[in-house]
Amino acid sequence: MGEQEASTGGGPDGSTRAANAERLVAALRRGDEDAFRKLVEEHGPFLMRLALMHVPSRAIAEEVVQDTWLAVLNGIDRFEGRSSLRTWIASILLNNARTRGQRERRVLPFSFLRRRAEEGRDEPVVSPDRFQSVHDSYPGHWARPPAEWDSPEERLSTEEARRVLLEAIAKLPIRQREVIALRDISGWSAAETRNALGLSETNQRVLLHRARSKVRAALERHFEADELGR
Amino acid sequence: MNEVETPKMSCKELVDVITEYLEDTLPTEDRGRFERHLAGCDGCQAYLDQMRETIRALGHLPPESLSAEAERTLLEAFRGWR
Repeated sequence: MGEQEASTGGGPDGSTRAANAERLVAALRRGDEDAFRKLVEEHGPFLMRLALMHVPSRAIAEEVVQDTWLAVLNGIDRFEGRSSLRTWIASILLNNARTRGQRERRVLPFSFLRRRAEEGRDEPVVSPDRFQSVHDSYPGHWARPPAEWDSPEERLSTEEARRVLLEAIAKLPIRQREVIALRDISGWSAAETRNALGLSETNQRVLLHRARSKVRAALERHFEADELGR
Repeated sequence: MNEVETPKMSCKELVDVITEYLEDTLPTEDRGRFERHLAGCDGCQAYLDQMRETIRALGHLPPESLSAEAERTLLEAFRGWR
């Protein structure tokens, strides 16, 4: 909601946003506290969300976000407006969060295996047994088709459904987590997400596809379990 | 003839290109195959709806923010920086 509105990507308001950002940056360079507050209020949500994708606790995520803001202040004179302000801030956060996340993960057991799993090719986004095989009448068509979700809007806004969403995201490889956080949770455009994460167009889309498909699958399991329990 | 040039899309292929469809990056010919398949397949229609619901739900997660205390510390640091 708030996050989505605060960060509507691209579009006809792009130039207005650039002008606003320019004013904010100038005010920040003058040491204007209101400008800083405004910036923190506007970009705080996506920074916190992105930080939480990398580190295991809120406390550490908050440190990462605080460090990011200090780095933004210290680097504000170097900001040239070639990328959007939030893309630049995002890249600073990602540097911090990735380093911090790696350090935290290193102390966990089996981190080597986990890293290998993250780097390796993923399994198909929809389980192959959902489709008919070459021996069936319609190979490649649904063997067990998805069922229509009953009043999804209502059922997806419960605490329980949100927990399922966040757990599904936490299980994704880190790159997929970053992309889905910016694209779908924070509502960024594909172009801005690519810039912030340094991804090619294809890569961005593939990561988004895998992430969304896996989150959908988790919600489907949640709905199916829910229906059995009714 | 036309059948040979543009083979029908299977459900399995549809779920693989669904993000390209939603991102509007699917080549015109494949977009046509996608839509023709969708028109006759309840399973894929449900899958597409679920995908859209998933995206909507992700966009409606409550916003995250710093705790009041962390924000206070940050503003103090700002005054020091200034």
